Amino acid sequence: MLSDWSWLDTWIVVTAALAAMSCALPGTWLLLRRQSLLGDAISHSVLPGIVLAYLLIDQLEHAGVVTRETALLIRHPCLFAGAAVTGVLSGWLSELLSRIGRLDAGAALGVVYTSMFAAGLLLIRLAADRAHIDPGCVLYGNLETIVTDTWGTTGIPRAAIMNGALLLLNLLLLLMFFKELTVSVFDPAMAVSIGIPADRVQQALLACTGATVVASFESVGSILVIAMLVVPPACAVLLTERLSRVCWYAAVIAAASALGGHLAALIVPELTRRVFNWPELGDATTAGMMAIAAGCLFLLAWICSPHDGLIRQYRDRWRLQRRIVEEDLLGILYRRGSLLHEVSFAADLGQLMKQPPRKLQPVLDRLCRAGALNLQGGGYTLTAIGMRQAESLVRSHRLWESYLAEHFELSDRQLHNSAEQFEHFLNPQLRETLAEELRQPQQDPHGATIPPANPPASQS
Amino acid sequence: MSPWMRALLLQDYNTRVVLLGTIFLGMSSGMVGTLMLLRRRALVGDVASHAALPGVGFAYLIMERIHPGSGKWFPGLLTGAAISAGLGLLCSRGFARIRRIREDAALAITLSLFFGCGVVLFTMIQGLPSGQSAGLNEFVFGKAAALLQADVQLLAVASLIVLVTCVALEKEFALLCFDEDFASVNGYPVARLDLLLTLLVIGVTVLGMQSVGLLLVVAMLVIPAAAASYWSERLRTRQFLSMLIGGASAGLGVLISAAVPKFAAGAVIVLAGTALFVISLLFGRTGGIVWRLREQWNFRQQIGLEDLLRTCFEVLESRGPATGPSDWLSELPISKAELEAARDWVSGRLPYLLHVACYQGLLRYDAQGNLRLTSSGRRRAILAVRTHRLWERYLIEHAAETPETVDRRADRTEHLLRADAVEELEALLPQIERPMPVPTSPHETAASESSLLPRPLLKAEDQHAQ
Repeated sequence: MLSDWSWLDTWIVVTAALAAMSCALPGTWLLLRRQSLLGDAISHSVLPGIVLAYLLIDQLEHAGVVTRETALLIRHPCLFAGAAVTGVLSGWLSELLSRIGRLDAGAALGVVYTSMFAAGLLLIRLAADRAHIDPGCVLYGNLETIVTDTWGTTGIPRAAIMNGALLLLNLLLLLMFFKELTVSVFDPAMAVSIGIPADRVQQALLACTGATVVASFESVGSILVIAMLVVPPACAVLLTERLSRVCWYAAVIAAASALGGHLAALIVPELTRRVFNWPELGDATTAGMMAIAAGCLFLLAWICSPHDGLIRQYRDRWRLQRRIVEEDLLGILYRRGSLLHEVSFAADLGQLMKQPPRKLQPVLDRLCRAGALNLQGGGYTLTAIGMRQAESLVRSHRLWESYLAEHFELSDRQLHNSAEQFEHFLNPQLRETLAEELRQPQQDPHGATIPPANPPASQS
Repeated sequence: MSPWMRALLLQDYNTRVVLLGTIFLGMSSGMVGTLMLLRRRALVGDVASHAALPGVGFAYLIMERIHPGSGKWFPGLLTGAAISAGLGLLCSRGFARIRRIREDAALAITLSLFFGCGVVLFTMIQGLPSGQSAGLNEFVFGKAAALLQADVQLLAVASLIVLVTCVALEKEFALLCFDEDFASVNGYPVARLDLLLTLLVIGVTVLGMQSVGLLLVVAMLVIPAAAASYWSERLRTRQFLSMLIGGASAGLGVLISAAVPKFAAGAVIVLAGTALFVISLLFGRTGGIVWRLREQWNFRQQIGLEDLLRTCFEVLESRGPATGPSDWLSELPISKAELEAARDWVSGRLPYLLHVACYQGLLRYDAQGNLRLTSSGRRRAILAVRTHRLWERYLIEHAAETPETVDRRADRTEHLLRADAVEELEALLPQIERPMPVPTSPHETAASESSLLPRPLLKAEDQHAQ
């Protein structure tokens, strides 16, 4: 598997990484502008451009306008130009369509690029006897063979040079126009008012994306281009909040997915063959594996993101739940204590909280460790610290009830239910604001005494 | 018999079968597409079709594993496709719920992830001895011309289910599309309706994949619906039209590709739909470009006429009233040169407007070649000037405009003021004398500046009015 890693593999990874990185830079802005599917449209609509350019050169050669050698020489740039033209045309047309035709932007994209792709397929079929264009190549890319096409005697693949040049260009443009791009993404109106032509920035971005997509899709295929335009920036957005960092992170993630993709392409098929004992299974393309690798990185970012990650979300939710249970326990102890002056047993508390005692036990232990509870002969009483915490909670509860009772006509039950939820979310300032607005009430609507505000020292 | 005649007269049994199947498909996708377009989720179909690819690959591999040689069993492949399309849409929902990932990004991520999976599986399958002839590529590029009778039966049943569901749940779907919150407040099971609609999309996509190919099946969902949106604003009509357009483009595509063997049916179906779309975009009755341009043209012409008549009035007014407020308007001749000087006309605009005004009987040439207002022209001129000056005064009074700048400002809005607005203006400006048909201008008119007549008369009147 990895033991026969060769220069070819290195070049595959380098070419793919350069392509992916050059896509990720304009992709960041597409993502922020909510135009992620534009890449999809562009990469589908390069097909007719390529076929037309191919047929044009073929015709010229047949008509004797250019010699066979010249045709070979100019074929590549011409295909590139044709693809770029139709690619940008599709973006431009769909924007025009959604503006003049008043069509939903997504639908406009859908209409334009499917039509152009269909036209491309038709052209291929019409020219099938003269041109040998495999639409599959356009879709899936041809990374494994393209790296053998080297530049002169240097041994550097032509595609690597092309993608590297595009990456440099994108980088240069990004550094030059970072401010303009930023302003026109986040506040187009302000951009116009400070003299940045937002619509021209949009068109330049479109052209840039078009050129990048065209340069990379011949090495990695049109589908992978979409993956590289959108997925690395999406990962980066999950990992950081600073825009400048988003760009760098996206580029790094793109390169990582190129490496991961190629490794997976080497390892996974071999592994599958062994595990399922199915030796006939073919090899996997690096391009497809890169898309999967990028997707996996995205899933990873989603799980581990410091701001919106699943882990973070579950941790926050779990902590909140624990706090609510703790506070409820303290509240119950306070109310029982203030009525009966007796210790409470875990079983009784469980009954009141409608939770099995064994679930309550860790919470009780934690409260004991925090010094809020005292364990006395199997039962619990509030300590001074616990008393203060419970007092502020009950104060929140009863103040909120009084506030609701003053402003709304609600039944006692409704008052209580609302307060049961809100007591956990009233911070000290809000609590005292409520008390002031209610002119420091002594009793809540049910007639229970509202505990006095704690001295400020205890609130810290 | 030429191939065209053979195709058009449905001589081939095969053509008839394919035609029927794709028309069913076109109709049902048109129906569902309208709803998806209204929900602004037109491209969900694209994601569903791309996401179906790994399902096809997995289904093939599993079936080959269980019983070598059975990998091409069609219902199995379709089931795999449907399951994986469903998973894909579920995935994109999940991604879209992440705070900083918008819906478009979620769709693009899902699409590329699943399609990447599909491509990997397909390349692995190609190594298998049976993989080369598996015909799995037909899922990517379509094989409408090779539909079998069994496929058509499947398509017919599925389309019937889709159509019946859409008709039966018309009200519920309409609510879902136009006001989801209202629907949910009224106790409609919004989540379940949404799921049902998504299932319909998946069904149409998966069935469409085998005839037009997964890359183009989204066109069947988007293009007829988009085309129908230019013809009607009523949902029911739109759905019906979208169904018709979908069926028509499918039929046209199949017939053309039957007549010209080189044309792949899938691509031709899409391009036929595109042609119908372009026609709708141009000539559609609601929002079609031609109609909109015509309305704009008419409006501009009306603005021009009002400007012309107002200029005529001002030219006459600058000579001073002869006898009464309305008589002098039709008595005096106006020369073209005066009109030319009184206003900055875009070159060529004045002769055109004069031509239109004469044609509409607002102005006429007298024996000396001068212009005179006709009675209807006089009425329209008074109305235009009245509106203009009332609006000017209103702006001066309530919008802090100065008499120097108000003329231009008023020019922009006065043409939009209707009779009831003018009445309201009169009520708001009580200091204007009622019997007077035309209030005086708050500033010197261009015509009065260029006029050679003595000014004092006008000035005196101005002061009197203020």
